[in-house]
Amino acid sequence: MLLTYIIKRILWTIPFLFAVSIVAFALIQAPPGDYLTTFAATLAQSGDMVDQERLEALRTRYGLDQPFIVQYWKWISGVLVGDFGISFEWQQPVSNLIWERMALSLCLAVSTLLFTWAVAFPIGIYSAVRKYSIGDYLITTIGFLGLAMPNFLLALVLMYIGVVYFGADVGGLFSPEYQTAPWSWAKLVDLLKHIWIPVVILGTSSSAALIRIMRANLLDELNKPYVTTARAKGLSEFRLLLKYPVRLALNPFVSTIGWAFPQLISGAVITAFVLSLPTAGPLLLQALLAQDMYLAGAFILLLCTLTVIGMMVSDILLALLDPRIRYR
Amino acid sequence: MASIATADPGRVVVEVKGLVTEFPTRHGPFRAVDDVSFDLGAGETLCVVGESGSGKSVTARSILQIVDTPGRITAGEVLLHRHRTARGSGAEETIDLARLEPRGRAIRAIRGRDIAMIFQEPMSSLSPVHTIGNQIAEVIRLHESVSKKEARARSIELLRQVEIPTPESAVDRYTFEFSGGMRQRAMIAMSLACNPSVLIADEPTTALDVTTQAEILDLIKRLQDDHGMAVMLITHDMGVVAETADAIVVMRHGKLVERGSVEEIFYAPQHDYTKMLLQAVLDLDRPSERRLARRAVQAIGGPVVEIRGLVKEFDLRHGFMRRKGHVLKALDDIDLTLHEGENLGVVGESGSGKTTLGRCLLRVHDPSRGEMLYRAGGGAVADVATASGNGLERIRRDIRMIFQDPFASLNPRMNVAQIIGEPLLVNGVARGAALRSRVAELLDVVGLPATAMERYPHAFSGGQRQRIGIARAIALEPRVIVADEATSALDVSLRTQVLDLLLELQERLGLSFIFISHDISVIRYFCDRVAVMFRGKVVEIGATEEVCTNPQHGYTKALLSAVPHPDPRHRGMLGRHRYEAGT
Amino acid sequence: MASVLDPRLHTDTEIASQWRLMWWSFRRHTLAMVGLVIVLLLYLIGIFAEFVAPFDPQSASARHVYHPPQMIHFIDSTEDGWRIKPWVQAYTLERDKFTLQTTFKPDEGKRIYLSFFGKGTPYNLLGLFPVERHLLVPDDPKERFFLFGADRLGRDMLSRTVFGTRVSMSIGLVGVTLSLLLGVLLGGISGYYGGAVDMIIQRVVEFVLSLPTIPIWLALTASLPASWPPLTRYFAITLILSLVGWTELARVVRGRFLALRGEDFVVAARLDGCSEKRVIFRHMLPSLMSHVIASVTLAIPVMILAETSLSFLGLGLLPPTISWGVLLKEAQNIRSIAQAPWLFVPGAFVLVAVLALNFLGDGLRDAADPYAQERG
Repeated sequence: MLLTYIIKRILWTIPFLFAVSIVAFALIQAPPGDYLTTFAATLAQSGDMVDQERLEALRTRYGLDQPFIVQYWKWISGVLVGDFGISFEWQQPVSNLIWERMALSLCLAVSTLLFTWAVAFPIGIYSAVRKYSIGDYLITTIGFLGLAMPNFLLALVLMYIGVVYFGADVGGLFSPEYQTAPWSWAKLVDLLKHIWIPVVILGTSSSAALIRIMRANLLDELNKPYVTTARAKGLSEFRLLLKYPVRLALNPFVSTIGWAFPQLISGAVITAFVLSLPTAGPLLLQALLAQDMYLAGAFILLLCTLTVIGMMVSDILLALLDPRIRYR
Repeated sequence: MASIATADPGRVVVEVKGLVTEFPTRHGPFRAVDDVSFDLGAGETLCVVGESGSGKSVTARSILQIVDTPGRITAGEVLLHRHRTARGSGAEETIDLARLEPRGRAIRAIRGRDIAMIFQEPMSSLSPVHTIGNQIAEVIRLHESVSKKEARARSIELLRQVEIPTPESAVDRYTFEFSGGMRQRAMIAMSLACNPSVLIADEPTTALDVTTQAEILDLIKRLQDDHGMAVMLITHDMGVVAETADAIVVMRHGKLVERGSVEEIFYAPQHDYTKMLLQAVLDLDRPSERRLARRAVQAIGGPVVEIRGLVKEFDLRHGFMRRKGHVLKALDDIDLTLHEGENLGVVGESGSGKTTLGRCLLRVHDPSRGEMLYRAGGGAVADVATASGNGLERIRRDIRMIFQDPFASLNPRMNVAQIIGEPLLVNGVARGAALRSRVAELLDVVGLPATAMERYPHAFSGGQRQRIGIARAIALEPRVIVADEATSALDVSLRTQVLDLLLELQERLGLSFIFISHDISVIRYFCDRVAVMFRGKVVEIGATEEVCTNPQHGYTKALLSAVPHPDPRHRGMLGRHRYEAGT
Repeated sequence: MASVLDPRLHTDTEIASQWRLMWWSFRRHTLAMVGLVIVLLLYLIGIFAEFVAPFDPQSASARHVYHPPQMIHFIDSTEDGWRIKPWVQAYTLERDKFTLQTTFKPDEGKRIYLSFFGKGTPYNLLGLFPVERHLLVPDDPKERFFLFGADRLGRDMLSRTVFGTRVSMSIGLVGVTLSLLLGVLLGGISGYYGGAVDMIIQRVVEFVLSLPTIPIWLALTASLPASWPPLTRYFAITLILSLVGWTELARVVRGRFLALRGEDFVVAARLDGCSEKRVIFRHMLPSLMSHVIASVTLAIPVMILAETSLSFLGLGLLPPTISWGVLLKEAQNIRSIAQAPWLFVPGAFVLVAVLALNFLGDGLRDAADPYAQERG
């Protein structure tokens, strides 16, 4: 039963991924004119000779004079073998530019998710169990602020505090000496030293949201008859709490991967820009502003793919956690 | 107050004295239980009876101190005489449970071990995400130091004791994989895990069908005899009380009204409220005299509705990848005839298809096959099953419906004048001032004042709302009314009133009723003929008295013998008929 | 609950319609009431921006680059005694001879007097009536004052923030209206008809929900021609925001529709002979409205945050249009905020607006079903 559910769910992602690729391609098609015009303009600007023959070759290579479907087909068949096209701005294949940044983006998103859980789980439980206590009010207030504060504003404020009061720049993921260095143990340690700032910034609003959800769910569950049953069995309040209501309130908790993951990936774009992190966001922004569409398209496709996969993982975890879902 | 000591003083295991449980509210504390005292003897069944809001459930929970927050015990004693139970060491040992810290170790050691409890809703009272075995073994391991393996073996044994088939595999199943009756059995198994000396059962059968109810009560009785438990049974059903009780406590508005032995309460009730409760039940235990008198004056006419070969299948396939084979036959080849001026009862348990039948007749659901011929006033015959457009509208004006739930069937956002006026307005019968005077007239017919018009449904009690629903049903001067469990949501005392109103309307307007119910006593009171439904089929049909006194089909026999009789001297339910499907 | 139908017991609750019951239960929610007041205030500021702002938000002044905020005083005490008259301390600009850095020093001797409802730059109130009065102006029309400081071109941050309020708050409202149309239409169709239509719409909703919104928004806005006039761009941005925002509303509407479709009172309406149209509009929609309103209120802050984020990145609204996001773009640079932390002021407005709308929405949601407890 469980296995069929999982297989079904995995099969379901295929049409989603297909749709995602169409959306990504449609987006990079949206600006007026084709990229070669932009490309030619870029070349002309930098003083290079515009080689008509080369342009023509590119035009055939990407089928730019052909209908949407054909262009899409050429693009997607390239993507499937790892060829995302070339970046006109950087003058090199897109695949050279994206992977490290995507890896860091994923790393950032996953760390933030873990942080969010670690914060929201105990605080949510506390807040529900000690309803209307001072601690609960404090948490609720901070939670509201966390929800209302845009990520980038929080990042700016932290940067301001860092610069004005501590004289330190809080941006970036690496110290200057490691920025271009190859991966090593020391570089990883350096990454860990820096990553917590964006993690906290990004995690604040999702933690706040999650605490609210956890609190509301748990309050709901605490009044359910099965809690009374468990109490009538003679369970202690603490064991009872963890075994029954918390266990059931976990369902929406797990489903947060579904909604929080897209949000984290989204939010990371802006925060990364403010903090100038070497992740996907800033390069995507730059590519969009420069209309460097193959690069932008690759990022959009990969970011969307990440979130679609995130949804799938969340659904599967949910089925593992809640037997009722498997039978639906 | 009647005789105080009902149980032999030497055998009393739980003694409640002057118990008060309060809930703080904005208007000061609300006393849910107000100065209640009673005794519970070993091996004895004490029934606590009362209507909704009488505080009987809170009383039960107060004993174990598991009242929902913010309620708490503010006065009184709950004494557990442990030395008189099997668990006692022989030495005098009396514990006042009301004095114990509600979250403390002492009371927790008693919960589930000395005193166990089962609840009304077996679905929501068990955790949906833990297996049955897990939840039973938990109690065992909580109170006794046994290994996981041993606890599991004992869980299987307990499931076998409560007659759950294939306990070895059932132990690893989840609650939602069981039917309501099986869940309640699992719940009982859980409560028996540590051989408690007292079992508190809070409306354990209210959510169940009558045949399942009989089995569960039977099971509790048998286990009580085996283990010598004291049972405190909380119920609103006087029939259940008569079938099971040794002693009775009657409660109302949080106060104890009367207590005594079953004989005393049933044959010599002292308090008016007790008398009223009993009278309401007894009224329903026989045919309505008004109906019988009327039939003598005016004979039943020719057929109005003829249902032939009606089939309704529900397509259970869902999702994207539709698979075949998931079809539920809710109605399986139904033949029924309703005559003019007749009350035809349809009785059956949940899932028998009786509600689907009513809804097909009004085309809320479209039938899959078969015909439903309706003979209009002028003699013209139309098939409801295939009618559409104007034809269907005309039929729906003549055949109307009364719903079960008086809360859900009235739009809370419309006032009474709008609700009753809606059919008149959309059918172009009346508007403006004429509409208002017609609504006032209808309110008067159902016994509500015209001032009710401006009010919204939330201003009315359940019985009054049902009257509003009836006024809406008769607004278009119909010929046939389908009443789907029209009295089930009401307290017993209100049921006869509503049924009498329907009989009065029948006389005034010449109505014919299809009366759908799970409650055989209501059917007996109201209906001339009855059709018994089981799994989508009509298994027996005949004159109500004939069917009730001399049932032919095995299922009818089982159903009738499972109905608890409100007469403790004729406890028939326990020696009842069992009907195995498929035979 | 009144069990006696005595005409003298004709109390208010019994004849109260759903809106009255909702208002009664909403009123008990203190935070929501506070939120309501703030939201109304912000919209009033937005509507009467020309009146509230002391100056033209675009007028630059080289003498006042990064002018610090001034404290407003209401009591003017001089040697002659004291009087009630609003004033601010004047500042003078000093330039360091060696570093050439400029600093503002309070000019102890000089006060700039202000008056309420004084005459200033003429404008058209609501675009109709020519008016000269402003909420607060300097007595001497040549003087300037900066309650929220000035930006890098010496423009008054107060006036800019006030005009930003108009754009940012309205974009939330317009965007939500568009989402609502989409959401109610698709959610309603989905919930009412069910079956294959429902399936397709649900998959689309799921798909849109699984997309990371900001990259999609960025890509969409990046494809808008920069040459478009401000108003066209405003509507284009709003449209793009609502293209993603409708899903949540569609889910709410669908869920409610599905639940309502099976309710006995809706079945009863159909049996009463109501047409499909009447069943939907007379019987189902009133029950939906309150929930939809609550969801809409909770959707507005999401829109505001989205617009702010996009404009902040330079892909949303562009100057000369003023929105909170456009203003915060000025604070992007760490050097400028270190020098002029008052550039954060629009951020505070975002915070307050989003909080207030959330409180309001929560209160509305709790009050949305005044019949809920009773049935429980």
